[in-house]
Amino acid sequence: MPKGNIINREAFLANIRAKIGGISSDKPVEKPAWTTEPQKKVLEGYDRDQLITVLREQCKEIHTDFYQTTLQDLSETITSVMKEYESETVVYSDDPRFENAKIEDYITSLNAFKWDRTDREGSIKIAEKADVGITFSDITLAESGTVVLLNDKGQGRSVSLLPANYIAIIPKSTIVKRMTQATDYIHAQVEKGEDIASCINFITGPSNSADIEMNLVVGVHGPIHAAYIVVDDL
Amino acid sequence: MPMHIGEKDFKKRVTKGLDDDFMRGAVRSAQERLQDKRATAADELGDWEDWRTLGSEIRGHTIEHLDYYLHQLSEKVAELGGHVFFAETGEEANEYIQKVAKEKDAKKIAKSKSMVTEEISMNEALEDIGCEVIETDLGEYILQLDEHDPPSHIVAPALHKNKEQIREVFHEKLDYLKSEKPEELALFAREKLREEFTEADLGITGCNFAVAESGSFALVTNEGNARMVSALPKTQITVMGMERIVPGWEELDVVVSLLTRAAVGQKLTSYITALTGPKQLEEADGPEEFHLVIVDNGRSKILGTEFQEALHCIRCAACINVCPVYRHVGGHAYGSIYPGPIGAVLSPLLSDYEEYQELPYASSLCGACTEVCPVKIPLHEQLIMHRRKIVEDEKKSPLSERVVMRGFEQLVNSANLYRTATKMAPFLTTPFAKNKLISKGPGPLKHWTHARDFPQPANERFRDWFNSREKRGEKNAKR
Repeated sequence: MPKGNIINREAFLANIRAKIGGISSDKPVEKPAWTTEPQKKVLEGYDRDQLITVLREQCKEIHTDFYQTTLQDLSETITSVMKEYESETVVYSDDPRFENAKIEDYITSLNAFKWDRTDREGSIKIAEKADVGITFSDITLAESGTVVLLNDKGQGRSVSLLPANYIAIIPKSTIVKRMTQATDYIHAQVEKGEDIASCINFITGPSNSADIEMNLVVGVHGPIHAAYIVVDDL
Repeated sequence: MPMHIGEKDFKKRVTKGLDDDFMRGAVRSAQERLQDKRATAADELGDWEDWRTLGSEIRGHTIEHLDYYLHQLSEKVAELGGHVFFAETGEEANEYIQKVAKEKDAKKIAKSKSMVTEEISMNEALEDIGCEVIETDLGEYILQLDEHDPPSHIVAPALHKNKEQIREVFHEKLDYLKSEKPEELALFAREKLREEFTEADLGITGCNFAVAESGSFALVTNEGNARMVSALPKTQITVMGMERIVPGWEELDVVVSLLTRAAVGQKLTSYITALTGPKQLEEADGPEEFHLVIVDNGRSKILGTEFQEALHCIRCAACINVCPVYRHVGGHAYGSIYPGPIGAVLSPLLSDYEEYQELPYASSLCGACTEVCPVKIPLHEQLIMHRRKIVEDEKKSPLSERVVMRGFEQLVNSANLYRTATKMAPFLTTPFAKNKLISKGPGPLKHWTHARDFPQPANERFRDWFNSREKRGEKNAKR
């Protein structure tokens, strides 16, 4: 993509610089050593199974159904969640992990649509009508009960957003303590000069709002129900 | 909506707030709930003070090097193919946004919550060129439908309305026929707004935090509307106040963790959406074109002054949720889209003392705001600095107050005069008192006695009473 325009920058920054006594914007600024880093101490020493327990407990706080299963029983679990949510039609991301987990055949046997990265209008239209969206989690945060989706290419933003129900498949190996580990990963990508996903979604349960008399309503613009399925041997 | 909202006269706004029983009930219960949730979330961490210290260091460092980080941010956004416009004033920002809307021939614009766009009256500017702007945050949507009722809280904008009132608005404007149950109201809004999202030509978002190192923006939401606005329309404009930035992803983690806990007591909100540039090749959804508008609009006036820390604010509203003054007068009384303690500090800075000289006095200086601020802004000290400036530098206090203060100075500087005056006080106030209470006070007492009775000064002065203890033979008098 060609470089975008930058308009009015120099005068704007010169004004700021005059006020704060900065030197020059292109001289690199070193971040100071922070005096404390409490984010690194959260859930210190927890192993993965302990983190799964934390995740399961947190799911109760965020109105999310929690399942733990094996690779072998994964398709069965998905079937039962879909039944629970009275869902028939599926949209799922274009992600090799469905094939790797050997559930692509099962998914295609449903009334399912694989996100098409080349068809904007078509994909959005189908996702809008689908009963459930299914994606894998890229990084899973135990503390907050969050699935992190690195949305680019075949991982459409709409899959986890437009359907009324959402299922996240969580490979056990993706579970980390908290947001700190996810942002460390992304920061390392930036340091190495790699492209980061154009849309990184930290999703914590179904959508909700407390805008009416501070009463919590679960399900506003995004999904109304959400389920996490942790898969042991994945 | 401009920054200034409602009646021009401060006292009239306050009286209106005090007389609105429903609003006061709603604010009380909201404050209590939010205070509890914040306190629980902070306690759970066990080392909340360390988090605050880190938050304050990050914000301090970022603002001290704001020029550097904004430069880095704009470079990164442009490298990704996004366009960056630096706007000194609200008008410049609006002109640029209008230009983009015209180029894209945008008829319908879906917008997610943004305080800075309220501050610069962006909606009106877009409506002036024939665009339809739809607020998609549930609270903002309700206010927009209700003839642009102004927001009264920066996180929960429709806090002052009850569900019956909201049902009425939906019924009148959209022929809604169901009950006032929040679930049914929300589901109705979901269906209505779905149509708008899919039809919108242009999406406009605010920005909780920009990340300089990668040219990214984080939007912190619960409803999912900001995700819609950044997934479906083909063009996206993000508008940010120039101070809303952090150096990198490591710092984003900390400020987001502080924000969600301090604002609503959540470990993370339902959605933290981090967007980096327009959509890339081989992506179906997301904006094809991306514009970033960075707004100064008075913020740089604050840099390098004793108020610089006000720019550390992460807009969590924790100070609003603990403020005893906000609790009584409500958000609209502040006359600014930024109410509460942070509003009382910021509004006179972004505008001027002419417009907002009363706000620094709308505080009991109890310091609860300073205590909860997740980035340690000394809010009540800043309010005192405002008062000092208003009285000493700007000489904006009323003439009567200056005369009274001069009189008081002379009175307390002379021992004889002070003695006489304190002895006279009970006699002079007798005509106003009934059963030792004054309910309709004269002059400066009037505002106090409008709300509550004032005790009449006692017949015996404390000093006289103290000295006569021995005579009265009180036990322990000599101790």
